[in-house]
Amino acid sequence: MIDVPSPVAVAPLPPATAAAKPVATGRPKMAARGLDFYYDGFHALKNVSLDIAEKRVTALIGPSGCGKSTLLRVFNRIYSIYPKLRATGEVLLDGENILDPKFPLNRLRSKVGMVFQKPVPFPMSIYDNIAYGIRHYEKLSKAEMDARVEQALVQGALWGEVKDKLKQSALGLSGGQQQRLCIARAIALRPEVILLDEPTSALDPIATGKIEQLISELKEHFTIAIVTHNMQQAARCSDYTAFMYLGELVEYGNTEMLFTKPAKKQTEDYITGRFG
Amino acid sequence: MNAPQQSGEHTVKGYDAELQRLTGEIQRMGEAALAQLEAAIDAVIERDSDAAMRVVNADDAIDTLEQDVSHDVVRLLALRQPLARDLREVLAALRIASDIERIGDYAANVAKRSLVLNQLAPVGLTSALPRLAALAASLVRDVLAAYRDNDAERALDAWARDEELDEQYTGLFRELLTYMMEDPRNITPCTHLLFMAKNIERIGDHATNIAENVYFLVHGVHIGQTRRKGDTTASLAIDDSH
Repeated sequence: MIDVPSPVAVAPLPPATAAAKPVATGRPKMAARGLDFYYDGFHALKNVSLDIAEKRVTALIGPSGCGKSTLLRVFNRIYSIYPKLRATGEVLLDGENILDPKFPLNRLRSKVGMVFQKPVPFPMSIYDNIAYGIRHYEKLSKAEMDARVEQALVQGALWGEVKDKLKQSALGLSGGQQQRLCIARAIALRPEVILLDEPTSALDPIATGKIEQLISELKEHFTIAIVTHNMQQAARCSDYTAFMYLGELVEYGNTEMLFTKPAKKQTEDYITGRFG
Repeated sequence: MNAPQQSGEHTVKGYDAELQRLTGEIQRMGEAALAQLEAAIDAVIERDSDAAMRVVNADDAIDTLEQDVSHDVVRLLALRQPLARDLREVLAALRIASDIERIGDYAANVAKRSLVLNQLAPVGLTSALPRLAALAASLVRDVLAAYRDNDAERALDAWARDEELDEQYTGLFRELLTYMMEDPRNITPCTHLLFMAKNIERIGDHATNIAENVYFLVHGVHIGQTRRKGDTTASLAIDDSH
């Protein structure tokens, strides 16, 4: 039996401990409201309501098939490129329902960037990987473009490693570098929200550490949602954590609380490795 | 709010085995410390120096067990990265082991002083000490049972009863002061008895620490009350005006 989550999960108040980071008490940047999702008849998300707090990191955890990646994909409507997929309910971005077909997809994609498990650099130069998306949205002079590419690579914590080989193919970068390039590519469009779908699952611990450090720096400017199978990673990186199971949101709360004293038995069983 | 219960076993069976080993070590340590306390008091009552020496010598075994617990805790933290209830279990084991080790030390101290007492003429002043020790031992027994059974209520009950031990200690303190004022020949044995009583009173404090850790282990929150202290000897003046 799954406990039915409260209709609307809101960002909880900060814990009383002095060491705790301040928590945004303002509005959520994104929010799911009564969200259902179907893969050609399979009910993948069931009445999910969840806030993604602005300029904070929200982690989505849960066993394979629980719906966490699906939820992330609904957040930038990437599902809509496939037929037979259907979402009902609302996903709000700054209060506007992005599931409304009238919400322009271009605008959504420029505001909500996404990075996937496997880094997929375009088969072109490092420079062009970053510039490609920008050219799609903006007409910039060469100097302006150079500045934007540099800025994105600096923010992506990759500039120092690639500044002398911008014209070389991105395919020659290591896996960790490729993933930071993909993050830089997402940042280059100046999104407001970045969705990370298991961004380090294919990376070694050092590359993973660099991405985690990057996440902690990026949250000053961006709202971040990350799907991860690595519990310690969720605990290290995020301010809030949502635990999902069988398409439902089981528990959502302050990360410190969720990993030290979860409220629900299913959460406790999952994070302590007792899930049958 | 209570922490949620867990399902039975971990998917990784070795994790369960390691946690069980840890809690088993704590229970063995606790039983050993309790046996030391009881043997020390018997040695005092019987004026049995051989038995007292055995208590003093047996303390090393408890110290060794504490080192085993520390080693296992480090291993579990490094290899299993415990979370939630498992994390509290590991932290509680580390803290409780430290308290039990101190209880063992105090029992050995009582035994050591009894060796000195045995070299003096017998004094009829020791009757209150076994009562104090019996109460301390019952507190230790209760908190160890609470740990074994994950029984936060029993831990809370023992925690509250430490005040009684403090009050008895204060009473004994007054009594021994009176004996010393009555006859200066009592000063040497009574001073030793005072230190022994203080050691036993401290055992009660460590029992309450264990109770607090059991409570945290079970509920995930700290005992949210401040215990009234019954030990007022720190501010007790000697009225020798008469």
